[in-house]
Amino acid sequence: MDFIKHQIEKIKPHFEKGGKWEKHYYSFEALETFLFAPATTNGIKGSQIRDAIDLKRLMMTVIISMVPCLLFGIWNVGHQHFLAIGQAGATLGEKFWVGAIQVLPVVVVSYGVGLGIEFVFATFRRHPVNEGFLVTGMLIPLVMPPDIPLWQVAVATVFAVIIGKEAFGGTGMNVVNIALTARAFLYFAYPTDISGDVWTYIGDGQAVAGFSGATPLSLAGDAATTGTNVVQSFNSFGAGWNEGVFTLSNLFMGIRPGSIGETSTLMCLIGAAILIATGAGSWKIIFSVFGGAYAMGLFLNLVGGNAYVEMPAHYHLVIGGLAFGAVFMATDPVTASQTETGKWVYGLLIGMFTVLIRVFNPAYPEGIMLAILLMNVFAPLIDYFVVSANKKRRLQRATV
Amino acid sequence: MSTAVAEVVEKKSEPLFSKKNKKLITNPLDIDNPITVQVLGVCSALAVTTQMKPALVMAIALTVVTASSNVIISMLRNTIPSRIRIIVQLAIVSLWVILVDQLLKAYSYDLWKQLSVYVGLIITNCIVMGRLEAFAMGNKPGPSLLDGIGNGLGYGMILLIVGFFRELFGGGSIFGFKVFEAVGVHYTGNGIMLLPAGACFIVGIVIWVQRTLNGHRETH
Repeated sequence: MDFIKHQIEKIKPHFEKGGKWEKHYYSFEALETFLFAPATTNGIKGSQIRDAIDLKRLMMTVIISMVPCLLFGIWNVGHQHFLAIGQAGATLGEKFWVGAIQVLPVVVVSYGVGLGIEFVFATFRRHPVNEGFLVTGMLIPLVMPPDIPLWQVAVATVFAVIIGKEAFGGTGMNVVNIALTARAFLYFAYPTDISGDVWTYIGDGQAVAGFSGATPLSLAGDAATTGTNVVQSFNSFGAGWNEGVFTLSNLFMGIRPGSIGETSTLMCLIGAAILIATGAGSWKIIFSVFGGAYAMGLFLNLVGGNAYVEMPAHYHLVIGGLAFGAVFMATDPVTASQTETGKWVYGLLIGMFTVLIRVFNPAYPEGIMLAILLMNVFAPLIDYFVVSANKKRRLQRATV
Repeated sequence: MSTAVAEVVEKKSEPLFSKKNKKLITNPLDIDNPITVQVLGVCSALAVTTQMKPALVMAIALTVVTASSNVIISMLRNTIPSRIRIIVQLAIVSLWVILVDQLLKAYSYDLWKQLSVYVGLIITNCIVMGRLEAFAMGNKPGPSLLDGIGNGLGYGMILLIVGFFRELFGGGSIFGFKVFEAVGVHYTGNGIMLLPAGACFIVGIVIWVQRTLNGHRETH
């Protein structure tokens, strides 16, 4: 450690004002503060006591809360792979190995490309490198299918960081969630690689007889046209090669095909617990997204119509990526509503739109991505109305 | 000898290509661009730019219509009663639009079908009406012609830039020529470029680059 610190101190003068690498000062500073605590201290005047929480620690908290999803996702990719090629007896290590080989390159590409762009923009715009990408770089892999082509991850990251963030002024200025921008980009640009039968990594293996890449969402979507009971088709799915993969308890556990990190509602809830306990995420948003989706599901049950509409409302909470979106995407403090009342409205509407898109728009099997992006855009409007209602209330109370 | 006399006459008024008049052509290409600065005519810029060819034809059509209507309105500008000037302008614009439309229909039917209603909609294009109101109604035919050509070119330039990137990234070709296959690379078309949203992104990036280069700032 001392050696590294010594080396950094030695090259530091080159990056400071007048040094030969002056232009790259902020890249240097980012690496230095990443390795060691910043040496700057408060001045003599003003506040001397501050909490150690800064953007970096906040971001790391969110990343820690995503670790359960990531680890489970890695195992699950391997698990589904071996089930699909008919080798259910594979060991835990083998499953992790296959999963890691599929997942870690996506993580590396996402971080490499995204941080590269951050550094380039920081150098040109002469501002410190922001930590904003730390979370985004982990979120992007978690919402990708396991065998997404790596170049697509790179292109999507470039698009999301430049158009979604830097065009609006960098970290903290973005209007829509960056990780979801990346996913939405792929969804519209290369739909064949991110929808349909892409959720199980098969690789060189041969899929077993009777294998089907269908997801709960696509089964439920089919049910709307065929009229079969959704719960029945969930329970009977996978007979012969992956018995009971879509039973309610299994859907909650998340041992099913899907995007790398989204499958397990349980792991998302563990993440939610960490976020809420550390205060990094708003429990109001998480709670109201689930509540909105459940309420909309119940309402649709009452109205009736087709088999999908009549699917029990609690199934909406465990299929697709609703839990992951509610916990990690909707709570993004930059793009969510800022007012406390606004958070309830924002979350409820995300949940309701998710279920509406799922049930009534067969072109978009999963609604959470589009619902969150839509509400990101409306979040400032919600805040505006909450604030002006507050002003009105206080004006009425005023006696002057 | 006669040319010398003519030159003198020209100078007495103002030469057609004076410094001021040259600006009429160059300004719309950069600091006064109808699409990226005035944000007019965006609708057709999103609609016809999935490929270069329709974009080029559309650009030519709009340039012809704007320039010719500008000249005619400018010649009539002192006789048009101001209360009915809009309907007079519309009548003249539609004359040119119908001419262009019929020409396209006669000589390149496929392109005409591809452009569908957008040639006809030049009548309502804000750029044409805007130039008539803002320039031709108060200036002589010569400068009006230049102004019309300039704005048509400014519009066409953006159309071609947007069309270039949309066709290149969306279908891997330029003017229908498969660029990537010609060099032996397999190219997967980017679907977002074929959607109107793709054009929005590219227009946005063009505005970003343009304002970075010329330092333009919105004035409030």
